[in-house]
Amino acid sequence: MMYAIAVFSPLVGCLIAGLLGRSIGGRAAQGVTIGFMILAAICGVTAFVENTWYDAEQETVPLLSWVVSSTLHADWALRHDTLSVTMVGMVTFIATLIHIYSVGYMAHDAYPVYRFFSYLSLFTFAMLMLVTADNLLQLFFGWEGVGLASYLLIGYWYDKPSACAAAIKAMIVNRIGDLAFVVGIALVFFTFGSIEFPAIFGAIEQHQNDLYGLFGTNFRAYEVIGVLLFIGAMGKSAQIGLHTWLPDAMEGPTPVSALIHAATMVTAGVFLMARMSPIMSYAPYALAFVAVIGGTTAFFAATIGCAQTDIKRVIAYSTCSQLGYMFVAAGVAAYQASIFHLFTHAFFKALLFLSAGSVIHAVSGEQDMRKMGGLWRHIPLTYTMFWVGSLALGGVFPFAGYYSKDAILEASYASGTLSGMYGFWCGLLGAFLTAFYSWRLIIMTFHGKPRADHHVMEHVHESPFVMTGPLILLAIGATVNGFVFRREFIGEGWPEFWRGAIVITANNHVLENMEHLPGWVGLAPTVAGLTGIALAYLAYMFVPSIPPAFARVFRPIYLLAYNKWYFDELYDFLFVRPTFWLARNLWQIGDATLIDGAPNGMAEIAAGSSRQVVKIQTGSIAVYAFVMLIGVVLLLGLYMLVR
Amino acid sequence: MNWQLAWPEIALAVCGMAILIFGVLWKGRSNAFACSMLTAGAFLLAALLVLSQGGGLGYNGLFVVDPFSSYLKLLILAGAALSLILSVDWNEREGFQRFEFPVLMLFSVTGMMVMASASNLMTLYMGLELQSLALYVLAAFNRDDARSSEAGLKYFVLSALASGLLLYGISLCYGFSGTMNFADLAKAAANPAGVSPGLIVGIVFVLVGLAFKISAVPFHMWTPDVYEGAPTPVTLFFATSPKVAAMGLLLRVMVGPFGHLLPQLQSLIVLISIASMVLGALAAIGQTNIKRLMAYSSIGHMGYALIGLAAGTTEGIRGVLIYLVIYVFMTVATFAGIGAMRRNGRTIEKISDLAGLGRNDPMLALILVICMFSLAGIPLLSGFFAKLYIFLAAVQVGMWTLAVIGVLTSVIGAFYYIRVIKVMYFDQPEAPFDRRPASLSFVAVAAGLFTTFFFVFPAPIIGAAQVAAKALLG
Repeated sequence: MMYAIAVFSPLVGCLIAGLLGRSIGGRAAQGVTIGFMILAAICGVTAFVENTWYDAEQETVPLLSWVVSSTLHADWALRHDTLSVTMVGMVTFIATLIHIYSVGYMAHDAYPVYRFFSYLSLFTFAMLMLVTADNLLQLFFGWEGVGLASYLLIGYWYDKPSACAAAIKAMIVNRIGDLAFVVGIALVFFTFGSIEFPAIFGAIEQHQNDLYGLFGTNFRAYEVIGVLLFIGAMGKSAQIGLHTWLPDAMEGPTPVSALIHAATMVTAGVFLMARMSPIMSYAPYALAFVAVIGGTTAFFAATIGCAQTDIKRVIAYSTCSQLGYMFVAAGVAAYQASIFHLFTHAFFKALLFLSAGSVIHAVSGEQDMRKMGGLWRHIPLTYTMFWVGSLALGGVFPFAGYYSKDAILEASYASGTLSGMYGFWCGLLGAFLTAFYSWRLIIMTFHGKPRADHHVMEHVHESPFVMTGPLILLAIGATVNGFVFRREFIGEGWPEFWRGAIVITANNHVLENMEHLPGWVGLAPTVAGLTGIALAYLAYMFVPSIPPAFARVFRPIYLLAYNKWYFDELYDFLFVRPTFWLARNLWQIGDATLIDGAPNGMAEIAAGSSRQVVKIQTGSIAVYAFVMLIGVVLLLGLYMLVR
Repeated sequence: MNWQLAWPEIALAVCGMAILIFGVLWKGRSNAFACSMLTAGAFLLAALLVLSQGGGLGYNGLFVVDPFSSYLKLLILAGAALSLILSVDWNEREGFQRFEFPVLMLFSVTGMMVMASASNLMTLYMGLELQSLALYVLAAFNRDDARSSEAGLKYFVLSALASGLLLYGISLCYGFSGTMNFADLAKAAANPAGVSPGLIVGIVFVLVGLAFKISAVPFHMWTPDVYEGAPTPVTLFFATSPKVAAMGLLLRVMVGPFGHLLPQLQSLIVLISIASMVLGALAAIGQTNIKRLMAYSSIGHMGYALIGLAAGTTEGIRGVLIYLVIYVFMTVATFAGIGAMRRNGRTIEKISDLAGLGRNDPMLALILVICMFSLAGIPLLSGFFAKLYIFLAAVQVGMWTLAVIGVLTSVIGAFYYIRVIKVMYFDQPEAPFDRRPASLSFVAVAAGLFTTFFFVFPAPIIGAAQVAAKALLG
């Protein structure tokens, strides 16, 4: 019951704010949505706490029968296992803080604010449906609901062309992943004859040698399903190739970015991997693919982060990179570490984004770090928050990121596979770059001489409590989550904690092996992180001539990173332009000329014949009589002919 | 001699003469109105008599009464009565309220009823001429109006030519078969291979004479001019009752005496049908006068009805009979709408004058919308079912070409019907029409309701048509 309240109260808030917002007014709409969110958070966090420390019973909550078609069954139900509960607790908690923060952030917005809050709650609800799904169809419902809400929120400032473009981009790029996901779901049904999780997970053993034949190839069905589901996850979780929408998504208001990057949306892909762990664990090649893509993303997004100048864009690429880490962990079948990082990351990434929002709020909407600097005296609280977030992100002891990122790197090393090693080295490089760009951001934003004009500087002020309050709560989370939950998530307590929600094969001892690694492996991430921090201080505080010199000397590398590896340009050339070209031709030649031409031509013929036909209608009786007689002769002749 | 079979016709003729005398003698201010009411009463009386009749052959085989003739007669009377109601107020506003008008209508109806019961070429001709003579006068009834006079004259001259052809055909038939009786003619033509060419020429001439009356192409030339020139209630009358009578007569002649030759005559009917449908669809597109538009529309509709005759089966004949009923009612409703087109006491007939009707008179506009959609054959309205039964009959005997052409011309036709709707609702509104009289509203609503709700309870009409068609085919 409490669980259902946690899931559905955001929907209630969304409906009230969305449908009645105009009549009850923005303030009431805010109150209602936040009230329901707090209710959801209380229920969600309680459920999580009960599950973690009190071993509460885990029982799926059935709701409604939905699709019953021959052997295809899909019911609305709330799955209640550790994985779902963890996600519900995390999502409701962080989403609530973001709701509260938004009150302050959106206070000066020109649009009626109830729409914004309604969308936020919808977003939360969709994510909750996704994580509590008991079958793939309900999961897909949440999946698409998240996509819809992200589209609405990214394009929230709909009179801004760049926001609309970003919203459309997010939608379309996600469609590509979704296509693979849908095919994957179909293949699951094809293999197992069901899309309900209990049925699927119960039949893992008996189908593990099934083959899937297509065009003369024969792959193991699990491998194909694994790859297809992962491609779906790549779209939602912005992995390399399908990541292009994520940096653009910051066109939406900053709380939206925080929600997308921390609690909802991008974590869906990682969650999917963990949820489908019973299948994934039996698909080693699919897992290797996951690890390689994850590792590559972790590294590549970090390089881009080093060259960006937009404060939100840097954090956006850091999300992309951190998601890469999670997939590395999933790729070595250490789903626990993957979810652990997801869990800690949610806190410090929300913290970073909301702090960035606070900075932007302080400098009157400016987002370019080159026009900031010297802010730390004016907004000390935000500055502190940024430090906490960055320490967690950079993986510095004892902040949350330290535990989870270390775990991922150790797990990838401990897996002993080639893809695992690739993930490890990419991750290590990424850790160095992460620390570097994080402190680059801090130094550029808060230190040095103010580069903003004096009008802006005069107005710099600390954000109101409604914004800083959530920051403080998140900062606490980002600080303590690591050592509080380490034992449960990935330590010796994991079997009791997960209670079968995550399935790994019997010969998978990654988590045990982590304890017996060479000493340098455990130390390496910290060293990499500290080196990155030191380098950032050196380059941006003490010897400011280094970055321009670097950019000059290694110009190609700098340009590659600055231009985001030219992914947008490449896609524009490969897909966007040809599609536009094709569409324009189909429209102008195919539709306007050919398809419209046929009916228009017919109509023209009809109108033309009409003019000819009435010409004979002269009004003269003689002509009329003549026509009649012609008719008589004609009929007679015809009759004589045919008889 | 079973002379009681002609009771309805006798009653009508007697009433006609009585009303004529009454009109001459009673010089009251509203004698035209009184005569119209008396005529309506006579129509009602005739309808009751028709309903109470048995069947049989009378007057030495000259006159037949069967379900088919009763069906036609009732429809003729209904069309005439509705036209009459519409004419009362119209004539008054136009300033030619004369008591002769209803009397002429009554005599014309008498002729049509004789046509419906004809079982001899002589009866046929007599009925035809009786209705035509009255119609000439009616067409020219607004004698101060040049167009009305022209309409009457044109109709007279061309009709005379058609009558001449018909009479010539009758004489040829008589000359080559020795009889004018339908039953005997059927025997004479029982062996299609041995029929003499003279008889065939005669049959074609008879066909032409009747095709003229239903204004089938290429004998339609008079229709647009007469429709446009004649006063609106007369046009309505032209469009309904005479068409029913002539079409009924054509059916009877084609499947009765010349029934054995029908397979050979079929190609002629198909040709006329296609030509009518195509011309009706195409020629109407360019029209700006709504009465001319309706003229071409009626030409097209007669083309559709002829498909049923071409099929020649019970279903086909039944289809024609259903078509006639539906056609009469939707035409009546449409002309009621046209009758309301009057601004500052002057009639107007341009389609563009309808602009703004959707706002000025939503009720009337709605009825016209229903009529136009029904004429175009949009489903659920009666016009759709009319075409459905016809096309069904054609498809059942494998006449796909005819059905396909029918559907295609319906599509073209839909254009000009729907354009009328577009003018009413979307064009720059003009000044509202004068207040419409109650009688007109009554006619429009009654016919409009029939057109709209035919689909709810079509069984009585379909059943009656079935019985009538069976009676005709024996």
